[in-house]
Amino acid sequence: MKTRLDEQTIALRVAKEFEDGMVINLGYGMPALCANLIPEGRTIYFHSENGVLGYGALGIDEEKDYELINASDQPVTPMPGMCFFDSALSFDMIRGGHVDMVVLGAYQVSEKGDLANWGRPGRPATGMGGGMDLAAGCRRLIVMMLHTTKEGGARIVNRCSFPLTARSCVNKIFTDLAAIDVTEEGLVLRELAPGWTAEEVQALTEPRLVIAPDLKEMEL
Amino acid sequence: MAIHKVFSNCDSAVADIFDGATVMIGGFGSWGGLPVHLIEALARQGAMNLTLIANQGGVGFELSKRIKPEGYQDIGALYAKGQVKKFIGSVPALGGMPPTSPLEILHREGKVELEMVPQGTLAERIRAGAGGLGGFYTTTGVGTPVEAGKEKKVINGREYLLELPLTADFALIKAHKADTLGNLVYRGTARCFNPVMAMAARITIVEVDQLVEPGELDPEAVVTPHLFVSRIVEVQQ
Repeated sequence: MKTRLDEQTIALRVAKEFEDGMVINLGYGMPALCANLIPEGRTIYFHSENGVLGYGALGIDEEKDYELINASDQPVTPMPGMCFFDSALSFDMIRGGHVDMVVLGAYQVSEKGDLANWGRPGRPATGMGGGMDLAAGCRRLIVMMLHTTKEGGARIVNRCSFPLTARSCVNKIFTDLAAIDVTEEGLVLRELAPGWTAEEVQALTEPRLVIAPDLKEMEL
Repeated sequence: MAIHKVFSNCDSAVADIFDGATVMIGGFGSWGGLPVHLIEALARQGAMNLTLIANQGGVGFELSKRIKPEGYQDIGALYAKGQVKKFIGSVPALGGMPPTSPLEILHREGKVELEMVPQGTLAERIRAGAGGLGGFYTTTGVGTPVEAGKEKKVINGREYLLELPLTADFALIKAHKADTLGNLVYRGTARCFNPVMAMAARITIVEVDQLVEPGELDPEAVVTPHLFVSRIVEVQQ
């Protein structure tokens, strides 16, 4: 078996996309790891939809202040300049395009950048939370996900079979195997995890991948 | 003449919540910002056939220990006694939790009706209700199961859905401090849904960590002006 990147390493790669001064919202689960991995020398203002802008790294569970948490219910550390606001204002920021980048997890992403990240078979009561607003309103949407299901099936698919979060909203996909851009010309394979070939990644991806002329190994 | 809003305990503050009432419950879902003492009082009071409007559906006492080790009562306490007819919110059940939250079990058994609303749309529908608006158009939910049955409109070349306002008979709210008039300030991320819900109910009932006299809160820092607040209870957390 070839080695796949672990969640921490995917988060490290995603965090390299963060540009100095950006306002970024990290979604539930895996994306939250990125808060601790900002590249040195860059200042990022993390937004969380429960009503905080400018929190620092994730805090320690044992010292949790339950009134200083992100939307994934994780403790976060206060930073100078941090501010709080209510849910309505928080989503004005999101829908109004005032958040520069959003990182979300996904069950499936389609060739056209459709996202499915909330409903799944057998759990009709799990809700979409703020995912639909984030996907509809953000300027740049990065998906961070495992490339395949536990059974080895493709998660990057021709058409999502799970209920959609939003249509044509994803800009980039980072997985444990590859970095892929969603473009007008289709899905462009830009980077490979160490030890993997384009053919091997294609075999685990439903839509046809366009190989970038400068395809390279992921720098970690 | 000043209206007397201060109640001595949560039980007396929720005593008139009636069968069939619509009740907004503030907070985000977990302990921070949730009016846990008012929820417990409503569970004791026993009003039935309630429609609840809240961001998350609650996980119940057992699963709450995964969030706060000693556990706490959330909205789950109300399902346990069969008080809830319908839930309106963005996360009835958490995908990251086992499928054993009280609401998820009751929904599977067909005993509770669900209306799933994207979180930002939920906040805005409440704000629209609070502000006397007839609704608003949003791009959130276009092309997804959320658009079913809703009017669509193209504005400046983009597709939007019409979303309608939400109001309630009662709102249960958690704030950090209140003065005796009902001006409210919040603490940290415990603010979340509390200020919008406080504005959208006919009777708004607030539990606070600390009650102070008028003049002790900085008027520049007041988040919820007192005219929205009907009842206040100081609770030792």
